[in-house]
Amino acid sequence: MRSANRPLSPHLQIYRWQLTSVLSILHRAAGVALTAGAILLVWWLVAAASGPDAYESVTDFLGSWLGLPLLFGWSLSLFYHLCNGIRHLVWDTGHGLDLKSTYVGGWLVVAGTGVFTLIAWIAGISSWAS
Amino acid sequence: MTATRMRSPLGRAVGLGSAKEGVEHWWLQRITAVALVPLGLWFVIAIIRLVGADVDNVRDWVGNPLPAILLVLLLIATFYHAALGLQVVIEDYVHAELTKLGLLVVVRLACFAFAVAGIFAVVSMAVGTSS
Repeated sequence: MRSANRPLSPHLQIYRWQLTSVLSILHRAAGVALTAGAILLVWWLVAAASGPDAYESVTDFLGSWLGLPLLFGWSLSLFYHLCNGIRHLVWDTGHGLDLKSTYVGGWLVVAGTGVFTLIAWIAGISSWAS
Repeated sequence: MTATRMRSPLGRAVGLGSAKEGVEHWWLQRITAVALVPLGLWFVIAIIRLVGADVDNVRDWVGNPLPAILLVLLLIATFYHAALGLQVVIEDYVHAELTKLGLLVVVRLACFAFAVAGIFAVVSMAVGTSS
């Protein structure tokens, strides 16, 4: 399909990094990460259905030095994809597509992701401590 | 409202737009996305309340109708949404026809299999037949 004489758009590394494009690719990356999280959820459910030994191996893994960062990444991806997904749904209605709104919405998504992730971990740790 | 009816009569008559199943894909991605907003929030809250729970706590919890139903809905919406999203990622980045086809098949089957596994685990705990 590629023809030598067809014009090419400038390569990606030419562009200055912008909030809009970074959030766009992060949405995709978070989506892929969330698929891994969903598999983790299935593993957890199947283990709980299988018995105490299987369940313990899952909770041991999730509490380990590998499991905890994984859980943190999962929560971060979930809140980001959720917030930015709502931003996408707003766009689908035809609203907020001008330059200013995309930036305001983008920063709202960044702030929302941080706040929700923080709240979730504070709640999670206090739930674990009690 | 079915996905095919989402295309405007003019669009159908003129024959423009996706040559394949673009509209249906787009629409189902949004339907599952809308479903996942409340389901995702519920899931996070439920998981936080289950931190430190042992297997019996989890089984007791899934033994209630509402968590069991919401978990099944979450699994369906999640893996449907994931299958649609991963399909687009593959179509965007994998250009070798055979590899692309293979990956698309694997992703579809894996999403279906994981959804079935998760639903089965929930149902078996909910009806109390698990060992």
